[in-house]
Amino acid sequence: MLKDITLGQYFPVESVLHRMDPRFKIIEIMLFIVILFAGDSFWILALGTVFVLLAQCLSNIPMKMIWKSIKPILPILALTALLNLLFIDDGDVLFQWKILKITQGGITTSLFMMIRIVLLIIGSSLLTYTTSPILLTDAIESLMSPLKKIKFPVHEMAMMMSIALRFIPTLLEETDKIMSAQKARGATLDNGKLIDRVKALIPIMIPLFVSAFRRAEELATAMECRCYRGGEGRTRLRRLKAQARDYIGFVVCMLFLAASVTINILVK
Amino acid sequence: MNVIVDAQHLVFRYPEVTEDNETNVQTEPVLKDVSISIEKGSFVAVLGHNGSGKSTFAKHINAILVPDEGKVLIEGMDTADEENLFEIRQKAGMVFQNPDNQIVATIVEEDVVFAPENLGVPPKEIRQRVDDALKAVKMYDYRKHAPTQLSGGQKQRVAIAGVIAMQPDCIVLDEPTAMLDPQGRQEVMDTIRRLNREKGITVILITHYMEEAAQSDRIIVIDGGKVLMDGTPKEVFSQVETMKSVGLDVPQVTELAHLLHKEGITIEKDIISTQECVEALAALLDRTE
Repeated sequence: MLKDITLGQYFPVESVLHRMDPRFKIIEIMLFIVILFAGDSFWILALGTVFVLLAQCLSNIPMKMIWKSIKPILPILALTALLNLLFIDDGDVLFQWKILKITQGGITTSLFMMIRIVLLIIGSSLLTYTTSPILLTDAIESLMSPLKKIKFPVHEMAMMMSIALRFIPTLLEETDKIMSAQKARGATLDNGKLIDRVKALIPIMIPLFVSAFRRAEELATAMECRCYRGGEGRTRLRRLKAQARDYIGFVVCMLFLAASVTINILVK
Repeated sequence: MNVIVDAQHLVFRYPEVTEDNETNVQTEPVLKDVSISIEKGSFVAVLGHNGSGKSTFAKHINAILVPDEGKVLIEGMDTADEENLFEIRQKAGMVFQNPDNQIVATIVEEDVVFAPENLGVPPKEIRQRVDDALKAVKMYDYRKHAPTQLSGGQKQRVAIAGVIAMQPDCIVLDEPTAMLDPQGRQEVMDTIRRLNREKGITVILITHYMEEAAQSDRIIVIDGGKVLMDGTPKEVFSQVETMKSVGLDVPQVTELAHLLHKEGITIEKDIISTQECVEALAALLDRTE
């Protein structure tokens, strides 16, 4: 049931992309998003496709998994395409029925949008497929560390993220138990009108919150017992260290960025 | 003197917050004049029914709670002194009842790393400590697993490893087996005893299970915030009537011997293990034949 929901989507296989420094991967994916959104020519999309294909080849992630990441957003894709198709009034009118009309511009824009979203999703899921949640938090902590200068609690935020990751499965299990307990007392959770169903959630949410607070208190005591005192004076066993492949990857990404800038200039 | 924990005339009240949000300390103390000293390397069980103050006492050992009156010294350091806080917590590790609420990380190894990282141990040494701690609780093969994949007993052993990695002289375990199945309980008890015997770590075990207490060197019974009995398992459990009067049990075999004794059968009253009981009964049968 609820327990089967896997957290994050880390796909543990061996590959170059898996071994790359997560900090670089995050920066590169940001560059990729900039490339995708900074231009509006189909050449940019072609460039993005090349980028994604290259990353996929290096990642050892099967195509099936890539498809799995796109599947949930298909309805959103369809909706975006439809809206663009109907409401963009640009170029030759190809089809008209009462107030609805489909134009050449509408077709190109909706196609463009669809491909852009698909590329975006594939790119970012390649990041989460190849990076474990712990590494991801470590990388975010490391990337945000300059913010410490303006007193932003970087370490605390990373700690919160990793504790949240740790407790999601535990709390899901708990939810399952509470649901069974309430069902055993005759609560109906799965049918009835929408309002009834929302109301039925209250007796699940309240015990869940109470227990979550209790857990939080116990965890805080246990952490104090293990001498936790924030980020100060803390050493780390695992150190993120950039290697040759990370710098090469970064250079390749910069080349893509340069290419996209050139395309944008040429198209104008 | 090789005393590791020295509580002197310890008095403690939980501050009670009244409705108008004023702290009212004039409540009944949970601990009333408790004096206990525990020797280095010993295995001490603390018994008492719910609300007797045994967990409150445990929390004084690593300065989660600080006495209202009296003193607690850990290796000579006063727990009331803020400066000693982290050193005390490093010397006296604490393991709680629910393993789920003590594990911080999503990977076993990452969790054991937590305490040494907090202490600022150099990375190379952390590696060594973590491997040693995981081997000491026999969880080394599971070091890359997620805690959610483990059984209760395994999770509790990971929690113990998390404390061992601080290299403490003393571990306080607050009902570590209360939420475990019999097999998990056995695993945890074996681990605790091994750490006590092989590594010479002082163990203070707060428990509800008489069979677990029977495995210790010394039992302290706390009732109503006072030390009621203090002695070897044999001394304590042979007082069957006193134990029953404070709502505690004795091991089944001890009770059996006690009942037989009451019926006028001559059998030793200080039997605490099944093996002893079997031998005593066999001897008894031999005599009657």
